[in-house]
Amino acid sequence: MEHLYEMLSRVDGYIYPNEIELHWGILIVLYPYITGLVAGAFILASLERVFKVKVLKPTYQLALLTALAFLIVAILPLVSHLGKPFRAYEIMTTPQSHSAMAIFGFVYLWYLMVVLLLEIWFDYRRDLVLWSEEKKGFWRRVYKILTLGVFDVSPKTVAWDEKLGYIVTVIGIPSAFLLHGYVGFIFGSVKANPWWSTVLMPVIFLFSAMVSGIALVMFLYMVVSWIRKVEIDMPCLDEVGKYLFYVLVFDFTLEALDQVHRIYEAEESFEILHMLVNGKLNITLFVLQGLLGTIIPLLTLGFFRIYKPKEKIRKTAYFIISLLILMGIFFMRWNVVIGGQLFSKSFLGFTSFKLGLIGGEGFLMAIFWMLLPFCILAFLLWLLPPWKKQEVS
Amino acid sequence: MGAKRINKSRRRFLKKSVVAGGTILATSGLKPFSVLIFAAKEPEDTLNPWYGIGIDIEKCIGCGMCAKSCKLENDVPQEPFYFRSWVEQYTIKNDGTIKVESPNGGIDGFSQSVPDNEIFKTFFVPKMCNQCAKSPCTQVCPVGATYESPEGIALVDEEYCIGCRYCIQACPYGCRYLHPEKKTVDKCTLCYHRITKGLKPACMETCPTGARIYGDLNDKDGELSLFLKKHNCQILKPHLNTGSKLYYNELSAEVR
Amino acid sequence: MPPQLKTLLPFFAALILFFLIIRHFLIPESFGELGHYRANSIEEIGDLPIHYAGKSVCIDCHDIEAEQQRNDSHASLSCEICHGPGAKHANDYEVKLIKSGTRKDCGRCHNLHSARKIEAVVQVNIQEHHTERENCIDCHNPHAVWELKE
Repeated sequence: MEHLYEMLSRVDGYIYPNEIELHWGILIVLYPYITGLVAGAFILASLERVFKVKVLKPTYQLALLTALAFLIVAILPLVSHLGKPFRAYEIMTTPQSHSAMAIFGFVYLWYLMVVLLLEIWFDYRRDLVLWSEEKKGFWRRVYKILTLGVFDVSPKTVAWDEKLGYIVTVIGIPSAFLLHGYVGFIFGSVKANPWWSTVLMPVIFLFSAMVSGIALVMFLYMVVSWIRKVEIDMPCLDEVGKYLFYVLVFDFTLEALDQVHRIYEAEESFEILHMLVNGKLNITLFVLQGLLGTIIPLLTLGFFRIYKPKEKIRKTAYFIISLLILMGIFFMRWNVVIGGQLFSKSFLGFTSFKLGLIGGEGFLMAIFWMLLPFCILAFLLWLLPPWKKQEVS
Repeated sequence: MGAKRINKSRRRFLKKSVVAGGTILATSGLKPFSVLIFAAKEPEDTLNPWYGIGIDIEKCIGCGMCAKSCKLENDVPQEPFYFRSWVEQYTIKNDGTIKVESPNGGIDGFSQSVPDNEIFKTFFVPKMCNQCAKSPCTQVCPVGATYESPEGIALVDEEYCIGCRYCIQACPYGCRYLHPEKKTVDKCTLCYHRITKGLKPACMETCPTGARIYGDLNDKDGELSLFLKKHNCQILKPHLNTGSKLYYNELSAEVR
Repeated sequence: MPPQLKTLLPFFAALILFFLIIRHFLIPESFGELGHYRANSIEEIGDLPIHYAGKSVCIDCHDIEAEQQRNDSHASLSCEICHGPGAKHANDYEVKLIKSGTRKDCGRCHNLHSARKIEAVVQVNIQEHHTERENCIDCHNPHAVWELKE
């Protein structure tokens, strides 16, 4: 409790006495960040599958596996943040219909079980059968279990894989929109908090999710190619860059619209939010999210639409941009979640937030939750290597 | 010709029935959504009391006994970060600036921090849970661990709360906190364990001037109803439509 | 039907069935009886122990003080404002209550403060008021405030 006494001395103006402690810390920043990466990566994958953007083929399985790796982790910081983590199952057994948060368990399971796992399964089933025949011992058994006992690789059955997988992807697109738009709604529907309460919140969350997910796949595709020492497919990377640019334009427009609207309406909460933005969120909002995370990538990607410099320069630029965007969206989540709790609901003052190094809600824990999905992805890429898939003849 | 006319009238009949059927379907389809809006609303039957609170700001002398006794009665942690009930002092200075203070929630009383000659007006505002009828806090609980009792009191089931703190975010009045040992949310119960035994809530028992009352809003001749009739009462943040049942007499517009 | 679905449909059906069975056992008793919550929790909250006994309990035993108080300006005050929560004391006389009466204690209500309405309470400057005595109760009988001691 010592840190709270320290916070007490750092209160500006007047806050309600229960407001010193920030109730949603770094773990709740990670939650929309990670779910956003999932939704974004999945939407990139479906561009290839449903909208037949064939040039994106090299990233298709990578995007799917990335989405899966991050989705598995998405729920962990959330559960570990609960005061009573072992009661988390209640959200599934007695979800309350009025609560914006209640159906998260079902949305999550739907997305995991019905969308992602099924799509990956349909996509890999034939390969699983073939791989199980190549391998021996333990791994042979693993691949066999993963086929769920459907060993039929006749052209007719494989055609069914294709068809059913397509249907799942078509269902998956609105599901991905639902997953992340819904996360935005959890914040956007809190009328007590003027920083969150905006109808645009779900849409902003959705577009920022797509931005971050596409940037993540772009980054991973380059890293994986370097590790495998294979040539990066430049048309594919350019195409990813193109979509990233379009989505980023939308995202930037929406967020700008939200702020312009807020400034023009200048409601009761305007003064305190103005002070928030120019004070405690100054660096994270204007520099990290705005300049580095949005403006610079936007200008660079826009420039590439008009003029294409040499491949080497483009590669380096894409690499840096994807990292900048990933950081920018992280701070977008930070500004929403942390920023929304820094000012008092009395609109008369501010509390402060200090990220501890250790502890369940500390910096190191956050790093762990952020690294875990990459480890899972590495395992998935080893287990289900997209580059070892055999083309259906 | 005849067949054509029949066709026409049949078509009109079909059209009408489609419209009628569509309307019925649409309204019945929309009905479940009304459930989504408010966690609880004022019950139509008046079998149970429907509790509200009245606070007379004119009578409050800022002794802080309410805040102190609340903590003692309800085992609220003594540290200055956890309150079910507290007192604020508003000071509007001659230069128009507003100063609000609540040192330790007013538990240790107030000492005057602004000299007399700078004060335009100053007053105390006791704060506690507003026991909203359309409570935003119970609306958002994902598991049904906080709810509005049949008497209109927002309660927390500490055996069932998962500690997600969404309700804390949703309360516009800052009336909820996470209990540091129990790790579940805690809030004012209007001393439910006292009022069901015929005792006053601790804050009202120990208020030396009788600045606070609670009562049944269904009882039109009851103490609270008379208080509401006699005074020009207001609630906090009415624009949020929380259905607050905490009524203040002589509430200044500056109070948030 | 494609062989994939022949496997998947029973698989998902089994999952859903499993969930429904588990759910049945995990829903606590009395949940949903009155609303979407555990109806028993209302009783549990209602059964919590009280700490403030209330004035009627105090005056059952302390009739002298009650009599004194009834005829003076502190008549409307509850005993536990100054003496603290007394439910334990009411059950067990060995549990002693506090006796307040210092300048700080009385100053909570009576110290000069511009936010206090003068008609609501008598105000004195406790820093300057009869500084030759240490505590307020050295002169004033708290139960009958205007019966001044020597």
